[in-house]
Amino acid sequence: MTAAVVCRGLEKTYVKGREQVPVLTGINLEIEQGDFLALMGPSGSGKTTLLNLIGGLDHPTGGEIEVEGQSLGGMSNKALARWRSENVGFIFQFYNLLPVLNAQRNVELPLLLTKLSRKQRQANAETALEIVGLADRARHKPGELSGGQQQRVAIARALVADPRLMVCDEPTGDLDRDTADEILELLQMLNADHGKTIIMVTHDPRAADHAKRTLHMDKGKLVTAGALA
Amino acid sequence: MFSQVREITLMNIRNLPSRVGSSSVIVVGIAGVVAVLVGLLSMAVGFDAALKGAGKPDRAIIMREGTSSEMNGNMTPEQRAIIKAMPEVELGSGETYVVAAIKKAGTDIDANVVVRGVEQTAFDIRDEVQIVSGRGFEPGKAEIIVGVAAAGQFEGLSVGSFLPVRDRDWQVVGHFTAGGTALEGEIWGDLDTVNSTFRRGGISSTMRIRVAGEAEARSLDRKLQDDPRFDLMVKPETEFYASQSEQRTALINGFGLSVGIIMAIGAIFAALNTMYSAVSTRTVEIATLRALGFGNVPVVVSVMTEALFLALLGGSLGAGLVWLVFDGYSASTLNQASFSQVAFDFAVTSELLTMGLSWAIGLGIIGGLFPAIRAARLPITTALRGE
Repeated sequence: MTAAVVCRGLEKTYVKGREQVPVLTGINLEIEQGDFLALMGPSGSGKTTLLNLIGGLDHPTGGEIEVEGQSLGGMSNKALARWRSENVGFIFQFYNLLPVLNAQRNVELPLLLTKLSRKQRQANAETALEIVGLADRARHKPGELSGGQQQRVAIARALVADPRLMVCDEPTGDLDRDTADEILELLQMLNADHGKTIIMVTHDPRAADHAKRTLHMDKGKLVTAGALA
Repeated sequence: MFSQVREITLMNIRNLPSRVGSSSVIVVGIAGVVAVLVGLLSMAVGFDAALKGAGKPDRAIIMREGTSSEMNGNMTPEQRAIIKAMPEVELGSGETYVVAAIKKAGTDIDANVVVRGVEQTAFDIRDEVQIVSGRGFEPGKAEIIVGVAAAGQFEGLSVGSFLPVRDRDWQVVGHFTAGGTALEGEIWGDLDTVNSTFRRGGISSTMRIRVAGEAEARSLDRKLQDDPRFDLMVKPETEFYASQSEQRTALINGFGLSVGIIMAIGAIFAALNTMYSAVSTRTVEIATLRALGFGNVPVVVSVMTEALFLALLGGSLGAGLVWLVFDGYSASTLNQASFSQVAFDFAVTSELLTMGLSWAIGLGIIGGLFPAIRAARLPITTALRGE
C-alpha cells in the first residue's frame, strides 16, 4: 500500500515578536492509504499544528512533507488552496457551516471550485447527504439542526468532492457521548467502506478507540513510534 | 472563479439582515454625505441656471463703462434715442434698476427686491416674460407687475393689492413668469413713472437692446467706445449673466465640496469600521471557505461588493431624498452686485445625482478595500480559531 502522508524531520516554529516558539520539532511520520489514525496529546503538544500541515493549511518551517504524492513544502498559497480543494476534506470541532446556507448548499460549496454543472453539483451533494443519513434535512439551515446533524452535514461537505484524505480536528469535541459515537461510527464507515484515509485529532481516548491506531504527541514530538523508522 | 465570487457575495448579502445595525451605519453615513453634497450643489446649479437662463445671445445690455452692476448707470433720454437709431439695434428699452425693501413672507424681516422700470418694448425684447394673472401695467400710471417668485416670497404682492414705495402707493395689476429666470424675482413698472418716483429725472440706469447676435453686440460696443459722447459699454446678455453667476456659484460649489469632503472622511471611517466588524464577525466563515480551497480574490471581491452594495444603497437614499425634497424648491439669495434678492429653484440634475452616486461608490471602495484585504491575508489557521 502506498503512503498517504510522509513527514521527514518536519518542523514548525512560530515567531511571536522577537521570540521563536518551536511547535513541531523533527516529526517523522508515515500514514498509509486507508489508515484511520488518531492523534492524541495534551493541549499545546502540536497535534493540531501537525494536522494543519498535513491538510495544507499552513507551511512548515523545516523538513519535508508529502501528502497524496505531492510535496507541500514549496507550494504557493494559491497552489495549496487548489490542492486542498482536490485532495482534502476538512471536519472541524464546531462544524464551521455557513449559517445562511441550507444543508444542501453547504455541502455543495466545495463543488463550486470544480467544473461540475449546477445539476451535477446538486446530485453529488444529495448523494453525500444520503451517505451521512441526512437526505431529509437538505433544506434545513444549520440553526435548525442539532449538533450531531450539523457535524454530519460537515462530513458530507468534506466528502462531497471525493478526496482520499479527511482531516478531523476534534470532530466530537462539541457533542454528547451518544452523538459522538454516531459520528465516529460514520467516520469508521467512510474509512472501511469508502476507503478514506482519516486523521483525527482528539483529546478523548474513547474517540481514539474508533481509530485503527493512535499516536501520541508531547512538546512538539511524537512520543509513540510512527511508521517511519 | 465567477461562481465562487457570486456564491460568496450572495452569502454575504443574505447575511446582511443579521447585521442591520452595523450595516445601517454605512448606509446612513453615505446617505448623509450624498444628500448634503447634492443638496448644496443643486443650489449652485439652480442659481447658475436662474442667472444664465436669463441671458439670450440676441440681447445685450448697455451699461456704464467699467461697472458690473445694473444699478450704477446714468443714461440720458438723448443717449438712448441715439443708440436706438443705430443700425445694430433692432429694439431698445431704457431700464431703471432700483431696489425696494419689502417684508419677506412669514417673517418680520425686510429684504430688497429689484424694481425695474421698463419701456413697453421690454416685453418684445424679453419675449419669455408672460403675464399669468391680471394684466400688464399702463404707462404713466403707478402700476406694477410682479414676478411669480417675488410674489411667493414677499408679503403684499397679490394682484389688486397696493404697495407703498417712496411716497406713492403702487397697485399690483399682474403677475408674470419669465421662463424660470431671475427676472421672476423682480417687480416691473413703467420707466418714466419709476424714474419720477425715485427722483431720477429721465435718467435710466441701463438699456436693454435686441440685436441680430453677439457679433453685432460687440460691433456696437466698439462703436460706443470710440464715440466721445458715451461712457458706455455693450455686453451680450449671455456674458453679463455668466459673470454675475460665476462668483456666487463658485462660492456655493466651494462650500458644498468642502462640507462634502469633511462628511465623506467621517463616512469613510464609519464604512471602514462597519466593514472591519462585518469581516471580523465572519472571520471563521471566511477562513472556512479559504480552507475548502476558495481563493483570496473571491473573498476580496465579495467583501468589496458588500461594501459597494451598502454604499450604493446609502447613495441612492441620500440622492433620492434630496431629489424628492429639494428639486424645484424655490429659494432666494442676495445678489451682491445689486443688493437684491435673486429667486431661484434648486436643480437636482441627473449630473448631480450621478456625481452623488459616484461619491458613494468611491466611499464604498475605500471603506471595503482594507477590510477585504485583511480578510484575505489573515492566516487560515489563525482565522479558523476566530482570532
